[in-house]
Amino acid sequence: MEVAVFAVFALLALGSALVVVLHRNPIYSTMSLVVTLISIAVLFVLLGAPFLAALQVLVYTGAILVLFLFVLMLLNVGAGGRGPDRLGQKIGAVGASAAFGVVMLTLLWGRFHGFELSPLTEEIVALKPLAKQLMTTYLLPFEMVGLLLLAAVIAATALAKKPEVRLPREKT
Amino acid sequence: MFDLLATGAKMAVWMTVLLSVTPVMVWVERRGAALIQDRLGPNRVGPLGLFQSLADAVKLLFKEDIATLESDKFLYTLAPMLAVVPALTTFVVIPFGPDIEVAGRPVSLLVSEAETGALLLLALASLGVYSLVMAGYSANNKYSLMGAVRASAQMISYELALALSVVAALVPVGSLRLDHVVSYQQGTWWGFLPHWNLFPQFIGFLVFLIASFAETNRLPFDLPEAESELVAGYHTEYSSMKFSLFFMGEYMSMATLSILASTLFLGGWHLPGLDYSGWWVTAATTGLLVLMAKAALFLLLFVWVRWTFPRFRFDQLLRLGWKVLLPLAIANLVLVAALTVSGVL
Repeated sequence: MEVAVFAVFALLALGSALVVVLHRNPIYSTMSLVVTLISIAVLFVLLGAPFLAALQVLVYTGAILVLFLFVLMLLNVGAGGRGPDRLGQKIGAVGASAAFGVVMLTLLWGRFHGFELSPLTEEIVALKPLAKQLMTTYLLPFEMVGLLLLAAVIAATALAKKPEVRLPREKT
Repeated sequence: MFDLLATGAKMAVWMTVLLSVTPVMVWVERRGAALIQDRLGPNRVGPLGLFQSLADAVKLLFKEDIATLESDKFLYTLAPMLAVVPALTTFVVIPFGPDIEVAGRPVSLLVSEAETGALLLLALASLGVYSLVMAGYSANNKYSLMGAVRASAQMISYELALALSVVAALVPVGSLRLDHVVSYQQGTWWGFLPHWNLFPQFIGFLVFLIASFAETNRLPFDLPEAESELVAGYHTEYSSMKFSLFFMGEYMSMATLSILASTLFLGGWHLPGLDYSGWWVTAATTGLLVLMAKAALFLLLFVWVRWTFPRFRFDQLLRLGWKVLLPLAIANLVLVAALTVSGVL
């Protein structure tokens, strides 16, 4: 049962991830990314981390990807509006994927050659222990990430703010 | 085998409730509108026009299913299906009765006892926006697209306030599970005031209520389908059963949010003074009826508000969400957390 669920959702994640990269319509790419992230959330559940799964769906598919779609639709980027146009972009994409692949393969290789990887345990991923660790052991990184996000929000607001233009006030 | 049957029965109860909400609510909405606007409303089909929804359902089923030539067929077909998915899945974490004993075995009237409870509900509910966005985009029509753009901005904005008010309701309970939320709210303060989250968290309750109007795209926040500006918004190009799926999705989301509001703030299936210890059938029925009665209050409020308030402008809507509701929700969360830590709640 578990293997079957894993197989279905792992394949779904891989397949939809390919669609994300290969489809020419950015709206379809974003929708496929939704499928990828939900499939990965299911894999989280299989790993015994339902809390992370719920957060993944809530934050990534429920909020961030909706913003992607919002921007795409606002700019009205239709089908054929995207292609691997610039050579530099292509090289960068291939390079980054290759580097990521090497890291993952190294980890996999190490897994079979005595390199200890600590698995996810209940003490790490269950709600209360996770919250406790965030508020004690990892408090500094946690607060720093919060600060970073706050800085990003303020910067985005500053960039988006139009310079004030004084117009004669209309009578209302 | 027993567990499987029990789960199936619990899901059947929820499905029946949710699927019967739409026809009943359509009738309530039309009669309610008529009452508020001092006219009669549908009164020809059956007693008091009660069978009007049934007749409408048949009409919708037999209407021609039209799709425009320029639409994106795949997403166009997928969107209405997704419209009902969040509403038909979120109920799994909501309890509708006490723990009962059937044939000597304990059964809790809750489909999924997932530890993540309310968070799972929020996660599933947050997927609802995709159906609107897909519908608006795939129709290849500028009004639909505008509706989809509005829907995505609106639902993201109000989801924050909604989630924060839900979190505040969970803080004194110390658990994400909604059955724990209900058992926390049992009992009374000073012997007469029910121990409901509503009283200490009135601000959070108001924020939740307002945000749920926006999340279900109901007036005064129905900008994604504002008919005076966008024809019918994201579902302009839909007809027949595809259209009615959006319709059902909206009413079922209203029902789900009403049930959630009753569970979080009004004590769910529990009512002080009622006896839940008897035969399991009566206990379960009482629980379900109490929960439905509470949810019905919210559903009536949805109808009342729809026919009373005019529509917001889009910038007003976003300003309200970000500058009023979000700070209020955060203040409420801080207040509740402080009260909980100091032992008042």
